[in-house]
Amino acid sequence: MTPTDLTIAQARDLLAKGEISSMELVEAHIDAMENNRDLNAYITETPEKALAMAQDSDARRAKGEGNGLLEGIPVAIKDLFCTADTLTTAGSHILDGFKPFYESTVTTNMWRQGAVMLGKTNLDEFAMGSSNLTSYHGPAINPWKARGDNRARVPGGSSGGSASAVAGRLALGATGTDTGGSIRQPAAFTGTVGIKPTYGRCSRWGIVAFASSLDQAGPMTRSVRDAAIMLRAMAGHDPKDSTSADIAVPDFEADLDKGVKGMTIGIPKEYRSDGMAPEIEALWQQGIKWLEEQGAKTVEVSLPHTKYALPAYYIVAPAEASSNLSRYDGVKYGLRVEADDLLSMYEKTRAAGFGEEVKRRILIGTYVLSAGYYDAYYLKAQKVRTRIAEDFHHVFGHVDAILTPATPSAAFPSEDPPSDPVSMYLNDIFTVPVNLAGLPGMSVPAGLSGEGLPLGLQVIGKAFDEATVLRVGRAIEQAADFDVRPEGY
Amino acid sequence: MASTIEGATGTWEYVIGLEVHAQIVSNSKLFSGASTEFGSEPNTQVSPVDAGMPGMLPVINMTCIEQAVKTGLAIEGTINRYSVFDRKNYFYPDLPQGYQISQFKQPVVSEGRLVIEMEDGSEKVIGIERLHVEQDAGKSLHDQDPSHSYVDLNRSGVGLMEIVSKPDLRSPEEAAAYVRKLRSILRYVGTCDGNMQEGSMRVDANVSVRKPGGELGTRCEIKNLNSVRFMSRALEYEALRQIDILESGGKVDQETRLFDVGRGETRSMRSKEEAHDYRYFPDPDLLPLRLEQELINGIAASMPELPDAKRHRFMAEFGLSPYDASVLVAEKENADFYEAVAEGRDKKLAANWMISELFGLLNKAGKGIEESPVSAAALGELLDLISDDTISGRTAKEVFAEMFESGKAAGVIVEEKGLKQVTDTGAIEAVIDGVMARETQKVEEYRSGKDKLFGFFVGQVMRASGGKANPKMVNEVLKKKLDG
Repeated sequence: MTPTDLTIAQARDLLAKGEISSMELVEAHIDAMENNRDLNAYITETPEKALAMAQDSDARRAKGEGNGLLEGIPVAIKDLFCTADTLTTAGSHILDGFKPFYESTVTTNMWRQGAVMLGKTNLDEFAMGSSNLTSYHGPAINPWKARGDNRARVPGGSSGGSASAVAGRLALGATGTDTGGSIRQPAAFTGTVGIKPTYGRCSRWGIVAFASSLDQAGPMTRSVRDAAIMLRAMAGHDPKDSTSADIAVPDFEADLDKGVKGMTIGIPKEYRSDGMAPEIEALWQQGIKWLEEQGAKTVEVSLPHTKYALPAYYIVAPAEASSNLSRYDGVKYGLRVEADDLLSMYEKTRAAGFGEEVKRRILIGTYVLSAGYYDAYYLKAQKVRTRIAEDFHHVFGHVDAILTPATPSAAFPSEDPPSDPVSMYLNDIFTVPVNLAGLPGMSVPAGLSGEGLPLGLQVIGKAFDEATVLRVGRAIEQAADFDVRPEGY
Repeated sequence: MASTIEGATGTWEYVIGLEVHAQIVSNSKLFSGASTEFGSEPNTQVSPVDAGMPGMLPVINMTCIEQAVKTGLAIEGTINRYSVFDRKNYFYPDLPQGYQISQFKQPVVSEGRLVIEMEDGSEKVIGIERLHVEQDAGKSLHDQDPSHSYVDLNRSGVGLMEIVSKPDLRSPEEAAAYVRKLRSILRYVGTCDGNMQEGSMRVDANVSVRKPGGELGTRCEIKNLNSVRFMSRALEYEALRQIDILESGGKVDQETRLFDVGRGETRSMRSKEEAHDYRYFPDPDLLPLRLEQELINGIAASMPELPDAKRHRFMAEFGLSPYDASVLVAEKENADFYEAVAEGRDKKLAANWMISELFGLLNKAGKGIEESPVSAAALGELLDLISDDTISGRTAKEVFAEMFESGKAAGVIVEEKGLKQVTDTGAIEAVIDGVMARETQKVEEYRSGKDKLFGFFVGQVMRASGGKANPKMVNEVLKKKLDG
């Protein structure tokens, strides 16, 4: 078997049996990365670091040590995680040349578990986008193409580079971050698995902030089992993040195959929008059927405030972003455009350093926090957010998980994206409520669209009950038997 | 004491409210582990959090919060068990995050009060609206290079308490008394060192003028006053400036002003229109601050005696005058020193010696009580020598000056200089006999009714004894002999 085709679980077993070395895995991936630069999945490749880490891992294993959860596994890191002495761009021009001297908690956890870093993956600038088209480093490309259509497709966003790398066999797994759907939407677009854990499950320390109350890191992999393995390695309480939860991280893999028999799965009626594409509706019905066939009961549930989620999100997230991004001012690090006085330096630096979408959100965020508008926008949005969380809380009184489509469509062509920002924002319509409520949500590949592009289903769980989400996801994965892969990868 | 200003159109009164920024005594900063020590090399006490590095997150230093609660209890405020940290957004190079973490709508302490005492002995209660916790900014240095400014982030992130008074102050004197009293309380509870020169305590003053009892006028805020004296001068100048405007038919603009110490005047910094929109919102990196009642109770139980309570105790138990008590309690170190001296001794005598002798010499030497060359025990020994008639009060002053100079013990000085009082009746009688034998004429005059001469005889006897005769005994024996 080709090393780059392995799942993390398979590679783990082969490594344990001594049938493959971390070095072999890494070398195969470095080759794949070099041969597929057209995907633009990586902003920075770190082959030397990868080889050194692989060598260390093999040495540990030879000494009988090296029993980390990800020992010897080559992974890609979204370029939003600060990695010590390695360029960290957040997909933006404004962080030009920025090499942090510190390492994010999530990546530190992974290295401690033996993982090997292949490089830093592409993303929408500051994780703002659903297409990867806003990256300063050019968009990552989806390895998938529609049947009979050679146009490049977007890998989704913002964790599009990670999704592209995993789907394109350029990493066994990758980290993503998800503020409104940035793990789940690209996972759905690339036929990969992506889980956004409960807010507070993974530390945000060392991750470049977009919207602090919504940002959450999670894994992107080629199987649900891999997601379970990788999430366990990433998660954990961190006293350096005040919003990180002091709750033990379970062995998510342990109950993975226990099935859904006896579970009650909620089907929210408000997600059935009038304009829903028939093939999305059909996929959803298929998912319901699969779970019922495996012994789950499905019930219709109501999440009445769903329709307010997207507007509320596009107030809260930009508000926080407008403040979080004030630190990029040309004074301390990254880009500085020299000018005669301080104010001009600020203006020129930020004008040159930020792209259109980031500027748009800073403007929206600044506006909604302004004196006289705060109550009408920000405060109102926070109230909506509370209602949405209550909706979920109410429903989770009598269901174990919720099933919805992951996205309203399959991946669109890079050259023909939704024409205006609001249509683009609609990509996140099914994923955003989960972030507002702080709950875990996962996208699992479930089938192909009429054009032959992957589609995903979303499983939403109770707070800190990722184990059930993964179990349901595993049941869908087995039923869907999704073994198709992008042609040529 | 309220003071008014006579203008061309009549009497005006001050309306003053103060915002005091007090640096919290703590080893590390409010949201990072970096040290707070003053005077270190620039940018040596900076964590990546304080420098606003990407991905860095604040974590509340509970020591700072406990200090704020302690201060809140000391000003008799309500401790809010639920409070919120907000972001105050603005751009400035010494504000690396692009926002200051502060408390806006829900401060940790609200509704306190503080009693000020004026020189005439009157007291006045000043309301305190709130106390909130916030982080300090760094410092911009504009004098290091002709074309560049530098930034020192050592102070960035240091914990501050902002203590906001109600507009209850009616004169610069009251404002000064308020700042001194607040400083005294902060130092008593050990939550701020009160060092205005080092910037540990800074004052923003809001001032307006009105006809007594009339509608409130438009106020101006004078920023960053770093001494009580400058604050008083700034308030006086600003009130006169506003009165001039109003009396010539103008309107006071609400604005932020700076006090130019050199020129002794305030000047405009920014108008209301130019005022920042800080876009406050709750900091999503921090959970709301929830305080357990037990924590608050524990802090309350560990509170030291505060200046007001101490002052009343000194008056009630020691019989001190309001003035003496006020002077002694203003600084905790003075009060502690006094209590050590007064322990088991005459309380009023101890108070007099502290205030007129010790403070006098310390002031002259420009020293604080902690640098006093005479310890409490040493001063106590001196007072004992007075009380047991070893030396007279007059001699004691000489001895004290010598103690202050040389650091020697009172007993040693008395011994070395032979200053011990003569209390032997026989010896005193002998001196008196000698004087009376010499001054027969005056004795005659005295005995024929010229009582006033008694003082003359006392003087002669004291001089003849080299000042060492016990004055009380001299009085008694002399009277007996002259009348005899």
